[in-house]
Amino acid sequence: MWARALWLGLRAPLGGPRCFTSKTDPQGSGRITAEVIEHLERLALVDFGSREAVARLEKAIAFADLLRAVDTDGVEPMESVLEDRCLYLRSDNVVEGNCADELLQNSHRVVEEYFVAPPGNIPLPKLDEQEPFPHS
Amino acid sequence: MAAPMLRWGCRGRRWALAWVDGGSCHRRGAPTGSTSNRIRGQSSLAQQPLRTAQKPRKGEHKWAAVVGLEIHAQISSNSKLFSGSQVRFSAPPNSLVSFFDASLPGTLPVLNRRCVEAAVMTGLALNCHINKKSLFDRKHYFYADLPAGYQITQQRLPIAVNGSLTYGISAGKERGQVIPKTVRVKQIQLEQDSGKSLHDDLRSQTLVDLNRAGVGLLEVVLEPDLSCGEEAATAVRELQLILQALGTSQANMADYEIQRQISELENGGEILNETRSFHEKLGCTVSMRDKEAKQDYRFMPEPNLPPLLLYDATSLPTDADPQQVINIDQIREMLPELPSVTRERLVQQYGMLPEHSFTLLNEVGLLEFFQNVIKETRAEPKKVTSWVLNIFLGYLKQENLAVSESPVTPSALAELLDLLDSRTISSSAAKQVFEELWKREGKTPGQIVSEKQLELMQDRGALEQFCYSVMKDHPQVVMDVKKGNPRAINKLIGLVRKATLNRADPAVIKEILEKQLSL
Repeated sequence: MWARALWLGLRAPLGGPRCFTSKTDPQGSGRITAEVIEHLERLALVDFGSREAVARLEKAIAFADLLRAVDTDGVEPMESVLEDRCLYLRSDNVVEGNCADELLQNSHRVVEEYFVAPPGNIPLPKLDEQEPFPHS
Repeated sequence: MAAPMLRWGCRGRRWALAWVDGGSCHRRGAPTGSTSNRIRGQSSLAQQPLRTAQKPRKGEHKWAAVVGLEIHAQISSNSKLFSGSQVRFSAPPNSLVSFFDASLPGTLPVLNRRCVEAAVMTGLALNCHINKKSLFDRKHYFYADLPAGYQITQQRLPIAVNGSLTYGISAGKERGQVIPKTVRVKQIQLEQDSGKSLHDDLRSQTLVDLNRAGVGLLEVVLEPDLSCGEEAATAVRELQLILQALGTSQANMADYEIQRQISELENGGEILNETRSFHEKLGCTVSMRDKEAKQDYRFMPEPNLPPLLLYDATSLPTDADPQQVINIDQIREMLPELPSVTRERLVQQYGMLPEHSFTLLNEVGLLEFFQNVIKETRAEPKKVTSWVLNIFLGYLKQENLAVSESPVTPSALAELLDLLDSRTISSSAAKQVFEELWKREGKTPGQIVSEKQLELMQDRGALEQFCYSVMKDHPQVVMDVKKGNPRAINKLIGLVRKATLNRADPAVIKEILEKQLSL
């Protein structure tokens, strides 16, 4: 999926305050506004560090738009490639669990038998604050 | 969703057993400070944003408050919705967690049959249309107790839709009158629960326990047909009773949580203001409260699960493995008696008022107690109803005891009522005996009666003699009676009772006196 490809391609570290100035294009030719970028970053925790990244995103959207060329009027959308498969139903028995030690080994920090996480969700600073983005 | 704005049109009396949650809105709530260490009950609610209905009237606008509710009930099952780890209320942290629950790479969801049956049963009990095909989706948001970064839910096509929940509001003035009201059920969907976060503000960290992550939930979405707090609380209470009767959810909530949430709901307006100002101070939109308006859950179909197909008697494939198919008709046949039917039966069978049937069902264990007494006693059902609902329940409430903690067993009460019914003791003596029974001294009603000599005099002749001598000793009072003073006869009755050491039935005394006075 193009979204995943996009994500994988955008691991570049931040090089300073953002400087792109996209404007909304009323014709819908695929220009992405700063608000949309900010929204995506907040939602998916991706990091659009540069103008190139945004351009790549716009190209990806244009590529996906090719799908619109196909006439799908009156056709039921396919929700899943598994739609003809049978959904297996498991009996309600306890067969797993009791592996706290193994699971906790994956955690960077542990307190007693709890995973440790930062306190709540840390808000991303707003676009106009011009601060470097926090990297965890 | 935005923090809800609620304006209550009716100030009803508090419904003691109601519980409404600031719910999922506050679940993430470090800011409100109210959820840090709370015990999350097995049911919680989230208030949907207020949708106001405008009713214009000749230049004057009238706004009516309406409330929509989403109720999450934890499914009673042995294992979780998509994995085989155990569902249990208390256990060492992270001990009931499988690799899938911890969202380790390479793990896949496998649907629990029992959870599907629970959803179908609940849908049928709420008169829903059961969708023979339903779909699973991913709902994405980031939080430490949601390791996958998404929750598997049923957003597009849930398992049940378009039902109704009927509940009864007390008429208030006229005792015994209950007005039936209905709220539409928009849908019921299966979804995963998240883990539990413990906020440690001192050390600026969050401790995460995933025992609850992946437990099956039934989300019941009600349409905004409720117009005040009392209606909402009553509807939810009825849903709780239904779920308990079906066995699909224990639907319990800690007592203090109940009280806290009643206040929250009844102070709806104040809570809104607090939240708003905090929100403005921070200037943030999505971070702390994931259900703010700007939140975009990026719903997508769950790629690892095919559609869920259900069958009925007509569509059931003949060669199917019974373990792998779910027959809606079969589940319908196995539905237990629902609370509304039980109440109707009680009214018909025992001649009690509707309000009594509500009380019997509302108190945990009370119906069973009542039925056990009925089984063992010869006394009339109305007598039993009165004693159980007034005296027995009164004593329980006074000491804040549950029915299960009662010092008086159904057998003991049955024996007491038999003594009363056979006129061995008077009504006031019976109350005395009950008081003694409550003291847990291990004596039976019969023993107490003989110890305290509470038996009614059986010898009518002796009683007549007592009446005669009392009247002889108090000519003035007799005169008052004959003059027509209505309270004078009570004085005579009292004197006779004293003379007989309270071993005579006041009603019989009165009868004899009146006869002797030729009234």
